[in-house]
Amino acid sequence: MHEVGLMTAVFEQITESAKANNIDRITKVKLVLGKMNGALPDALEFAFEILTPDTMFEGAVMEIEQVDITVECPKCGAESAVGKIAYFCPECGARARVKKGQEFYIDYYEGDERKEDSVEGSDGAKDSAG
Amino acid sequence: MKVVMAQRILRANDQVAKENRERLQRLTTVNLISSPGAGKTTLLEKTIAALKGDVVISVVEGDIYTTRDAERIAGQGADVVQVNTEGLCHLDANMVGRALDHLNLAGTDLIVIENVGNLVCPAEFDLGEDYKVAVLSVTEGGDKPAKYPLVFRQSHAAVINKSDLIPYTDFDLETVTREIMTINPDLEIFVISARTGEGLEKWCAWLRDRVREKKN
Repeated sequence: MHEVGLMTAVFEQITESAKANNIDRITKVKLVLGKMNGALPDALEFAFEILTPDTMFEGAVMEIEQVDITVECPKCGAESAVGKIAYFCPECGARARVKKGQEFYIDYYEGDERKEDSVEGSDGAKDSAG
Repeated sequence: MKVVMAQRILRANDQVAKENRERLQRLTTVNLISSPGAGKTTLLEKTIAALKGDVVISVVEGDIYTTRDAERIAGQGADVVQVNTEGLCHLDANMVGRALDHLNLAGTDLIVIENVGNLVCPAEFDLGEDYKVAVLSVTEGGDKPAKYPLVFRQSHAAVINKSDLIPYTDFDLETVTREIMTINPDLEIFVISARTGEGLEKWCAWLRDRVREKKN
């Protein structure tokens, strides 16, 4: 597929959030990936490895939680885990809705906060701006 | 520090797709998806010709490197804009959004986006279209729907193209149709030979109805 591009999007979204949270080094990234999705965990791991050097992600670990495909039957109410995309309820044979397995999102990340050590310099900056 | 995001990775694409959809409120948009060589461009050429004077079609032509398909579409007199993905395996909403800037939307009834030839990745990217249409050709073999279920699952219609070649292959139309229906019972299936024109009329009528439906 296009895992490097996907991982780039992951990095962009986390970088943006890290900035807002005053974090300058990422130590862990946790993704959730449904099995209906075409992205492959191994290829995502590889993309992570080649993209992290010389970035705020250097040295971080990534965990990918895979979600099995689950279908829900609107007729008999059964919820069944299935091996591949299934279209019919294994219990009663009615058409089933996919309940889980389509996920692809960033669950959370962990990082170190920036050290506040430039408090004195900020006054000077304020003067020159005025 | 732990920061919980619970944010879709394709969020940026979804957002642009939403913007495209808002922009195309009155226009019907079809996203054609198939493997390379299934006959998307030929189908489109014949469709444009068949609907001439009735439905004005503009085309966003996705291709990895060349402008060959766009030249063929322009040859039919349709407004067309080429998007070269430079190696990328699918079109995304942003590419389509930029392509729309170059089309005469006010004078268009139907936009057809011809995606990059690939049955896997294009299925994951919302472009802001109304309908995804999967094109499968007889020469690819009948096992493709089962092998690439996601695209058939997400599509609204499927075209089985190159029907004129059925007598020369092991393609079993009945079995393939049945298999497609188990993947997605709501799919409209069109059996077409874009080359001979067989079955084209029904497909064009479906498109005409979709355009009319959205305008009203």
